[in-house]
Amino acid sequence: MELSRLPGFLFRRGVKAALVILAIVVCNFFLIHAAPGDPASVIAGQSGAADERFLAQLRQQFGLDQPLYVQLWIYLKGVLTLDLGFSHRQQQPVWTLIAERLPATLLLTGAAFAFALAAGITLGTMAARRVGTWADSLITTLALTFYATPLFWVGLMLVLLFSVWLEWLPSFGMMSVGVEMHGIAVVLDVASHLILPALTLGLFYLAVYARLTRATMLEVADQDFVKTARAKGVPEGQVVRRHVLRNALLPVITFAGIQAGQLIGGSILVETVFAWPGIGRLAFDALLARDYAVLLGVFFCTSVMVVLLNLATDLLYAVVDPRVEVEG
Amino acid sequence: MADFWRRFRRNRGAVVGLVILLLVCAVAAFASVIFPGSPWDMATAPFTPPGEDGMLLGSDSLGRDVAAGIAHGARISLMVGAVSTLASLCIGVSLGALAGYLGGWVDDAVMRFTEFFQTIPSFVFAILLVAIFTPTITSVVFAIAVVSWPPVARMVRAEFLSLRSREFVQAAEVLGKSRLAIVVTDILPNALSPIVVLSSLMVASAILLESALSFLGLGDPNLMTWGFLIGSGRSVIRLAWWMSVFPGLAIFLTVLALNLVGEGLSDALNPRLARKRGGAA
Repeated sequence: MELSRLPGFLFRRGVKAALVILAIVVCNFFLIHAAPGDPASVIAGQSGAADERFLAQLRQQFGLDQPLYVQLWIYLKGVLTLDLGFSHRQQQPVWTLIAERLPATLLLTGAAFAFALAAGITLGTMAARRVGTWADSLITTLALTFYATPLFWVGLMLVLLFSVWLEWLPSFGMMSVGVEMHGIAVVLDVASHLILPALTLGLFYLAVYARLTRATMLEVADQDFVKTARAKGVPEGQVVRRHVLRNALLPVITFAGIQAGQLIGGSILVETVFAWPGIGRLAFDALLARDYAVLLGVFFCTSVMVVLLNLATDLLYAVVDPRVEVEG
Repeated sequence: MADFWRRFRRNRGAVVGLVILLLVCAVAAFASVIFPGSPWDMATAPFTPPGEDGMLLGSDSLGRDVAAGIAHGARISLMVGAVSTLASLCIGVSLGALAGYLGGWVDDAVMRFTEFFQTIPSFVFAILLVAIFTPTITSVVFAIAVVSWPPVARMVRAEFLSLRSREFVQAAEVLGKSRLAIVVTDILPNALSPIVVLSSLMVASAILLESALSFLGLGDPNLMTWGFLIGSGRSVIRLAWWMSVFPGLAIFLTVLALNLVGEGLSDALNPRLARKRGGAA
């Protein structure tokens, strides 16, 4: 893309992203109203005294006696200032709870994403180069297997194998409890706790990326410029790396960027299995306690992350691939 | 039909998948014959290992037969998979047909709506829906349908866009057929084969999604499901590995079979594509 057209493109994508986020907030608002029990009756229930006058007073205090559009407006203003509501069970603002847990989730999903992308592209390339041989069938079968296995079950099986039977790796948490550590020892400790969850989360996406890489590489390998390169006598390894892979990679990375959002959803399951202290685990605890404010907050935050990731992918794509069309 | 079966059979994996799928269906259908009584009842001592005391796959922490749980769970998994796929096909096909046939601002609006649903993290949204509408079998099916229709809508729209301007549709328009009749009797039958292929994959992912929800404790509390079995085995995995291993294998086999059947269907319904793939693979 010509650089002069970049600001307009950026602006349009930004507006689109903002509209999506707005829609999510409105969606969230109506879900709160669909949830059983309004906040006033929840608090009244907890304090034990629930006569009508107390309830009415609480409703007035939270603005629940206002018309729906006024309540929506108040809610929108709140979200804009990162006020995602208050968790009455944990007696803390929802945003504080989420901000506390966010780094752990980002570490886990980031590690899983890097692993899945690197291993997926490598395996997919290998499969595409050796089409029809046993290595190709093996990789295709592996991809099919991971595709069909529930994420949480893979996690449990890895725990069974590496923690219970082999006793190589810790099975839960992010750090060893009750051990004094400094510097590099802490990093190693966290890393050893990270391996199993990141592997679990990454395996499914590894399968997806491997399949996609294989398919796009086979597609590109049919094109004329590859035949030309071969006819010129370019060595095979170089044809694969410089001609085929480079052109096949772009759709893979774009797709991966869009998929990255789904990783965050998967991390709820993985964090639950491994007791990883991220927002997924927070969501699971909120689920058990039916703490809707926290659940909605987690939904909002993950959605915003997805929107931002998509925006970043779009941008990357537009900057890297000059052929991309600039439209709405 | 014979031609279809011949092409389907050529894909060996698809035949294996079909056999596994039929076996799972048989187990689901005859669950109460093979394992009479409720799968929730205590059958033996807690934590009986597989093979002992007449427990083929062991017993759980309350002495319930794991094998009985899996057999009864097969019903729920297959049912949820089928019903939620039907529901999301209804949403997806109608929206996709609307967008693809009418075009213009309707197309724009529908596609924005679809994009929105594709953007939000589907699993988190499904959890939220089930949690808010309280976990029952209906809310689980509803939540799965709500998060899984967008690919259908996109595909049906693309099919309709390309079919809309074909001669047979123009002929029907000239003959004065109503729009609805054209969509239902002329265009839709021609867009059916990709829908069939996609729906077998959707049943597979619906089963995975259902198991994930019930693993998190969001299943119908009155129904035995595979995800629930694994979830209850999670905390005692050091003591009773069989409680989580076998239900997981059941999910794996069923989903794998559905994926294989899907590939076979795609080969059989799009012979041109299959030959191209066969040449490459």
